[in-house]
Amino acid sequence: MSTVEIERVYDLIAEGVDKAGPDKGELFLAKLSLALANLVGDCEQVANAVLAAGRDL
Amino acid sequence: MIMPHDADDRYLPGLNIQQQYIEEYLVNYCKQEDLIEIRWGQKVLAVSQTEASVTLRVDTPEGEYDLIADWVVAADGGRSTIRKLMQLRMEGRSYPGNFVIADIKTKINLPTERLCFFDPAWNPGNNVLVHRQPDDLWRIDFRLPDGETAERALEPELLHERINAVLEMINQRNDWQLDWATVYSANTLTLAEFVHGRVLLTGDAAHLLPIFGVRGVNTGFQDCNDLAWKLAFVVNGWARPLILQSYTQERVQAAREICEEGGKSTRFMTPPSRGTRLLRDAVLSFSLSEDFPKDLLHWRTSRPHDYHNSPLNSFPDADRKFDGGVALGQPLRNVKLGVNDYLLDRIGSRAGFHLMAFVGESGLTANLREILAASKNEPFPVFGVVVGASAPAAAGVADVIITDEEGRVSGKYEGAPGTLYLVRPDLHVCARWRQPTAEQVTQALRRAVAH
Repeated sequence: MSTVEIERVYDLIAEGVDKAGPDKGELFLAKLSLALANLVGDCEQVANAVLAAGRDL
Repeated sequence: MIMPHDADDRYLPGLNIQQQYIEEYLVNYCKQEDLIEIRWGQKVLAVSQTEASVTLRVDTPEGEYDLIADWVVAADGGRSTIRKLMQLRMEGRSYPGNFVIADIKTKINLPTERLCFFDPAWNPGNNVLVHRQPDDLWRIDFRLPDGETAERALEPELLHERINAVLEMINQRNDWQLDWATVYSANTLTLAEFVHGRVLLTGDAAHLLPIFGVRGVNTGFQDCNDLAWKLAFVVNGWARPLILQSYTQERVQAAREICEEGGKSTRFMTPPSRGTRLLRDAVLSFSLSEDFPKDLLHWRTSRPHDYHNSPLNSFPDADRKFDGGVALGQPLRNVKLGVNDYLLDRIGSRAGFHLMAFVGESGLTANLREILAASKNEPFPVFGVVVGASAPAAAGVADVIITDEEGRVSGKYEGAPGTLYLVRPDLHVCARWRQPTAEQVTQALRRAVAH
């Protein structure tokens, strides 16, 4: 992704979390994860992303 | 969501009949059968066995006695006395969470569907299932709050309050009467071995399966379909006791498959962790607007199992020559032949093996005729089924003739002329060929009885 695109994605997701409201942020992110995994369409890439996201929390 | 179903099946999926009816029919059948004696009011106290026999110590109101048997089939349910006496441990897991099932008698005007509510207001974070049974009975099934005991859940006032809340939820505040209620929990547990010397465990005595997907008695029936013919063959001297190893192999594998599938359903219906609950809620939320996760909502129900690894199967190379049809280890598939006339009615009721031969316009070949005739020399029953022939052409060797004018049976079985299927008494395929030799069929029959 280009810098412009990743900045756009960053803002979209942040806005999405805020719009979901204080109690629904986690649910929103879970849905987004599933939707994006479906768009990626490759189990192994998703598995790698899960590992990456789990580091340094 | 519609449960998938085949137009060739006699019954639609989701057919419901209560346990007390099944028990009544079974007891009535037993009463007519000279080989069966039911001894009510007797309790097994101890089990011991030698290589030659099993001894059960039995308690009765008149005193104790020893019952000596060649074989003991333990079909004594989830709390199996025999399993406990033999100290057999099951493997797998139990899921936290208790559920109430309550049957109520009431008139409700809703379609005959399975209703599932997740997280209703009166039972937050828990599920409720509602569906129709025969005779104006409705089954209500709901998860209890964590930590609540069975005694508390079944207290009449609390139970009534919750049932009323369910009826309120579906807008059916009618009068109702409680038929029965019980508490259960979800498990995916099985013994690793169903055969212990001369004691054979079956049904819930052998495994505890999750309730999601109607697995309990359905799996018990499957177990018994597998075990019964094999045990009969051993008793009649038609097969060595070794054949019973195939029972444990086939049915433990089935139990493990059910635990795997049932485990998935259980994690969806009663999520055991925050992560599983979050993803479950994500899928539910999506179900209102997106199609892609709908397979995760799949109501995984009881289904026949494929015994593709069975030691009773043979000629895998011949099996691989087919693209479709019914493969090694799979159960026969039904075909609708006419009004109230199905393939499995024509061949399902005979106790024995079946050789299913497919013929073309030129009729039964000499080769197939010889094979069918030779099979009558086996010490155990083998029935000849000829598909695609007219009655006179197959006379003398066919016990069942299916004219199959529309070619629907040969279509479903990929039965080009010359094709032969060897079918076990439990209607699972154990060999099939495009062009068998007599020698191969004889070998397959030997293999099928663990010779």
